[in-house]
Amino acid sequence: MKIATAPAVTRAARGRHDFDALLKGQGITLPPLGIETLQVNITRLCNQVCRHCHVDASPTRTEAMSRAGIERCIALLKQHPEIRALDITGGAPELHEDFVWMVEQARRLGRQVIVRHNLTVSFDPHPRSGESMRHLPAFFAAQRCEVVSSLPYYQQFFTDAQRGDGVFEKSIRGLQELNAFGYGVEGTGLVLNLVYNPVGPYLPAAQAALEADYKRELATRFGIEFNSLFTITNMPINRFALHLRKSGQYEAYMDKLLAAFNPQAAAGVMCRSIVSVSYDGTLHDCDFNQMLEMPVETIDGRTPTIFDFDFAALMRRRIRFGPHCLGCTAGAGSSCGGVTA
Amino acid sequence: MSSYYESTDLAKFGSIGEHGKALADEFFKYYGMVTGADGALTKREKALIALAVSHSEKCPYCIDAYTTACLEAGANPAQMMEAVHVAAVMKAGVTLVHSVQMKNQLDKLVL
Repeated sequence: MKIATAPAVTRAARGRHDFDALLKGQGITLPPLGIETLQVNITRLCNQVCRHCHVDASPTRTEAMSRAGIERCIALLKQHPEIRALDITGGAPELHEDFVWMVEQARRLGRQVIVRHNLTVSFDPHPRSGESMRHLPAFFAAQRCEVVSSLPYYQQFFTDAQRGDGVFEKSIRGLQELNAFGYGVEGTGLVLNLVYNPVGPYLPAAQAALEADYKRELATRFGIEFNSLFTITNMPINRFALHLRKSGQYEAYMDKLLAAFNPQAAAGVMCRSIVSVSYDGTLHDCDFNQMLEMPVETIDGRTPTIFDFDFAALMRRRIRFGPHCLGCTAGAGSSCGGVTA
Repeated sequence: MSSYYESTDLAKFGSIGEHGKALADEFFKYYGMVTGADGALTKREKALIALAVSHSEKCPYCIDAYTTACLEAGANPAQMMEAVHVAAVMKAGVTLVHSVQMKNQLDKLVL
């Protein structure tokens, strides 16, 4: 079933979930604060097909950033020292043929490089070329990348339900291997952060309590260490939105997010301090807007790309919001770095 | 009405205040104070207790609500099922412990 054929969202619900109206009603404005992170989605190709994936990533996707696009991202980092971090995401970004080059260049510029690593990609052959990806843990460590990995729970049931059969067992092996390279181990400075997100239409548990559970259970059962746990709310877009609409839970989930709206969480939304780049170089306020094809709009009505990147104009832009933004502002908030309030 | 229990009725719980607002307000305030924050028990422990009570009291509204509440408090299905077993074993124990009364009566009646 495609979104178009799923049960329609009622007009009343659309009105209730109007995020711009909500901000206006509460007297909240959310202008950009800076561009500290350039988050680049370099490919939608992935070795997994996760049920909640907002990118709709899979082994059959073909979208990938060109070499010229990647070179331009590196040039932007060079030109703008204010951009402190390069956050590389996908799909599984490691499957892009220029991933290694991109990481090396950004590290040469002294930038923090964050890799959104799914823990299984190093065990599976490349979905297209069949080549081994076993080099990845050593490469991450050599480049001192920060690794951020999804693990929906410290038990198999939730993890495999969301990410596919066998993913939990592989993810545990992946974590043990990263630990062996020093990731998440005190004193090494190699940062390994995990991501929790609910396995359905409900809000995440409190981040600190869940982090304590993960640390205790992963250490006891599997001898695994990591740095921090980020709790992230499921965004009601793409694959997850389709699931909600097919199962008749879309409006209830949106109402739950609305009821949990937190102005403090809104103040910390990540779109105020990042710019998200799609494989074709288009700029977006965040990865979710990117997937909804809502590009950045400057005040003169342009939709800039990495090739006409104007830092000052971007700082004057009005961030574009939609009903999905309720996901980032519910409860303790949600971002690529966890809670925001 | 197709059934005595409609899942959509759970969202109407607040409407009990239409015929007794002061009492309803006091109840919901008390409810929030007990379940809404960590206290001597964590929110997760309270949610698991509430899930067990939901089953022993056979309340479908509460089972729906506290299945979600347990997940939102970071509980997992093994913990939730164990909580239901606590409710079940209490029900069984309550039934069985009354057999002492039966035995007392037997002792009285049998020559």
